[in-house]
Amino acid sequence: MLNFENLTSFQIDVLREIGNIGSGNAATSFSKMLGKRIEMNIPEVKIFDFKDLSEILGEAETVVVGLLLSITGDVQGFILFILEYEQAKLLVEMLLSELSPFTGEFGELEISVLKEVGNILSASYISALSTLTNLRIVQGVPEIAIDMAGAILSVPAIELGKVSDTVLFIETQFMQDENTITGNFFLVPDLETYDNLLHALGVLD
Amino acid sequence: MVKVKVGMADLCALAHPGILTTLGLGSCVGVALYDVKTKIIGLSHFMLPSSSQSKSNSNIAKFADTAIVKLLDDMIKLGASRETIQAKLAGGAQMFSFTNGSDIMRIGERNVISARQVLKELGIDIVAEDVGGNYGRTIELYSLTGKLLVKTIGHGVKEI
Repeated sequence: MLNFENLTSFQIDVLREIGNIGSGNAATSFSKMLGKRIEMNIPEVKIFDFKDLSEILGEAETVVVGLLLSITGDVQGFILFILEYEQAKLLVEMLLSELSPFTGEFGELEISVLKEVGNILSASYISALSTLTNLRIVQGVPEIAIDMAGAILSVPAIELGKVSDTVLFIETQFMQDENTITGNFFLVPDLETYDNLLHALGVLD
Repeated sequence: MVKVKVGMADLCALAHPGILTTLGLGSCVGVALYDVKTKIIGLSHFMLPSSSQSKSNSNIAKFADTAIVKLLDDMIKLGASRETIQAKLAGGAQMFSFTNGSDIMRIGERNVISARQVLKELGIDIVAEDVGGNYGRTIELYSLTGKLLVKTIGHGVKEI
């Protein structure tokens, strides 16, 4: 089995490229959805000890909106999309503006708007990933939680904790300039799944 | 006064006076131990119920069974005695309400059950709990009184 600490820099580059292609597609969908230009950074591959994990988004107590989707098939794991609370408000406001104005509270409608954002972004990410690797990847239904960043990150961390002492994220930031909406998109494959991913791309014997 | 932050899959024992804190507990569980006689405190922030079900168990602070035993051990080394140690539990939430009912969703609950079991086997009484629900918690354990402060987003602050 693969161990995160033993990944070569070439394999990490490949994972970053996977993130790049997935996020590029997701950014395009995001941009279409908002009718605005979306920029993204170059994805980063980050390996953390669990004890440092809760601080990767700033403070562990920062209130964020987390959208979590399970992925199954040849690649198993999670996709987690995290927006800061105020930025999630901004995003909902932009998407709701014409139909029904945003009240400033996250009601049923606002929650389903956010879930749909998670759905569309993940679907674009996964479809790019699937095309690239020729692997079958199925995405689950998005679930939402609005709470402390640390508490939300604990969910995928626990899953990885069963097989690993470290956690690997492929992280991308999306930015919508005018309104400076920044979202963090994490792909968190299971440890066993890295073999499938890297095999499919021919970078693991 | 010493204030130590305990991260995920981490633990710490501290002599009086001091404060131990862990931020953003989700489905993990925080076990706060307090020796009423020496005021020595200990905090474990573990992630999983049992080290025997995991393929990767080199970090003993990650599992309820191994973490609590190690924490107790560290406290005894500092001069605490098992007979006067009390426990408080916090965390074990279910952050996302998945509908497909996979077992990862019940991990918080399983963590709590495991912590209770381990403490029972060690002969340590649980004097207070704030567990379950669907929200995160930040906790602070004070050596002066043994009080455990539990802070949440939108679910108030309480002392147990």
